Amino acid sequence: MAEIFARDRGWSNNYLSPAERESIEREAQAYPQRDALCIEALRIVQQHRGWVSDDSVAAIADYLGLGAAQVDAVATFYNLIFRQPVGRQVIYLCNSVTCWMLGCDALRARIKAELGIDFGQTSADGEYTLLPITCLGDCDHAPALMIGDRHHHDLDPDSLIALLQPPASGQDKE
Amino acid sequence: MERPLTQHLKPDGSALTLAEYRDLGGYTAWKTALDGMAPDEVVTRVKDANLRGRGGAGFPTGVKWSLVPRGEGAPHPKYMVANADEMEPGAFKDRLLLERHPHQLLEGLMLAAYAIEADVAYVFLRGEYVDAARRLRSAIGEAYAAGLLGEHILGSDYSLQLHLHISAGRYICGEETALINALEGKRATPRAKPPFPQISGAWGQPTVVNNVETLCNVPHIIRHGSDWHQGLGLGEESGTKLFGVSGRVCRPGAWELPMGTPIREILEGCAGGMREGYQLKGFLPGGGSTDFLLPEHLDLPMTYESIGKAGSRMGTGTLIVLDDRTCPVGMVLNLERFFAQESCGWCTPCRDGLPWTRQLLEAIESGQGRHEDLDTLAEHCRFMGPGKTFCALAPGAMEPLQSALKHFRSDFERHIEEHSCPYRSSLS
Ligand SMILES: Cc1cc2nc3c(=O)[nH]c(=O)nc-3n(C[C@H](O)[C@H](O)[C@H](O)COP(=O)(O)O)c2cc1C
Ligand code: SF4
Ligand code: FES
Repeated sequence: MAEIFARDRGWSNNYLSPAERESIEREAQAYPQRDALCIEALRIVQQHRGWVSDDSVAAIADYLGLGAAQVDAVATFYNLIFRQPVGRQVIYLCNSVTCWMLGCDALRARIKAELGIDFGQTSADGEYTLLPITCLGDCDHAPALMIGDRHHHDLDPDSLIALLQPPASGQDKE
Repeated sequence: MERPLTQHLKPDGSALTLAEYRDLGGYTAWKTALDGMAPDEVVTRVKDANLRGRGGAGFPTGVKWSLVPRGEGAPHPKYMVANADEMEPGAFKDRLLLERHPHQLLEGLMLAAYAIEADVAYVFLRGEYVDAARRLRSAIGEAYAAGLLGEHILGSDYSLQLHLHISAGRYICGEETALINALEGKRATPRAKPPFPQISGAWGQPTVVNNVETLCNVPHIIRHGSDWHQGLGLGEESGTKLFGVSGRVCRPGAWELPMGTPIREILEGCAGGMREGYQLKGFLPGGGSTDFLLPEHLDLPMTYESIGKAGSRMGTGTLIVLDDRTCPVGMVLNLERFFAQESCGWCTPCRDGLPWTRQLLEAIESGQGRHEDLDTLAEHCRFMGPGKTFCALAPGAMEPLQSALKHFRSDFERHIEEHSCPYRSSLS
């Protein structure tokens, strides 16, 4: 009922879209209980919406038959679930031990100088959000970071800035 | 020198496909087990091989499996999980095996599942390992299509489903009982033991969690036997081990070497020694939660036993090198920041103690420390020592700190006396 009402009013965030549901159901066979889908659902919704709003939390709770507080407790626990809006691309800068030794602070300073953002901030044009991330498993090629889904290795401030140029068309095929 | 886990990695960095893996004898162990080995025989062979867990603690793998109730009347479903969370700072060995040799892991996971008579297997993968996820997904698809997974595998009466779980990220997810909570879709706080997961794990059912590298050893043990595996090690301990080095060395990387290889050979032979202009000051032998060792320890063999005797742990076997121009206080501060951030918050000593140590270190590093702060830090090392917290995260966090206080005490004192970091001025 609530869903029909919400749809009627055009509150699209209050229920899960057919595509979101389909993706969640595809994961369902991997788990013996539906409440186990909570993390999968959060990830899937975030893929579709960019982040997980209060409405999205409520929609997931409703769909899986969980309490909203229960879903929120899970959502706020995990690093890769965003409870605030982020830019179109997230820069995950590794600030763990080897990257620290080999210059991640200089990368952070350069991003701040170029894009005007520090950890937790989004650039004015909404393109980039900068977040710290724990060791990316790239320590043999430190300092490292990820932009979206892609790992980048052996960086220095200049090679980092080259990565931040607007992507030419046809790139990012992965 | 034999390198069973990595000898077939393709130089172009791509993953071995099912066809390529099979050409090299892949999945023959799986077939051998299904054709004529009882699950108990698989357990015994791995026990006799003296395979110890590569996830950090070195627990004997066969023994772990033998604690699972098996045979008639055993509870079902049972679960077998590959721990591919690898978030320990400085660890990057499992990534290599996941990205380049996914079928080897799957075969090991399947054999482990068979040994404990599991019904369902999972690979629990950290979310940032995007390439590994893609390659594992494709390998799992290939294995199902070839009838290596699913119902009545290869005509036997054994059935197994295998799924990939992609974590939403937190270091604590690597702790095996926290991992089980994450798999269940909950917050990843650790669980009380007992009951051990082998008795009551995922969804209250018997569950075994093994590290990726541990599992990658299993197909080779089944194929070549326990004695062969034992013979791979240089001393008492058996098999090979993936060792890695990161920091200011000439050639950072990871290599498969016999268990018991001297540290010097790894650091100087494989990694090429220190970069020009830098001296070795110390190193963490097995990732961020192990105690510092010193240049005087370079001739020790990398075994659980000898590294333990020297006051540290082999951990993940990935060395993090501290050079003479990097501030040890800064390095420990970086590590404690990580641990304080990643504390799951469940138990008080860790939830409150780790931020406290972080603050003390911040004060010292920025030149605002006092001499009594060093005593407070040492006290925290006791309060968060083994057995005082709910899981091993906090004791692990204390290892680099307590050893730094011991080995690099004068560096801490100089920060306090000079009211600044003595390394900062020497930074170019
Ligand atoms: C905080 C914490 C993080 C851990 N992270 C990992 C990990 O990422 N991968 C892993 O294999 N083991 C990790 N472990 C160890 C696991 O709890 C467990 O001992 C291991 O997966 C067992 O596998 P093994 O017997 O094959 O070594 C971690 C332990 C703790 C306390
Ligand atoms: S020691 Fe830390 S990480 Fe482990 S249960 Fe306690 S609070 Fe959580
Ligand atoms: S410390 Fe940055 S990738 Fe490992």
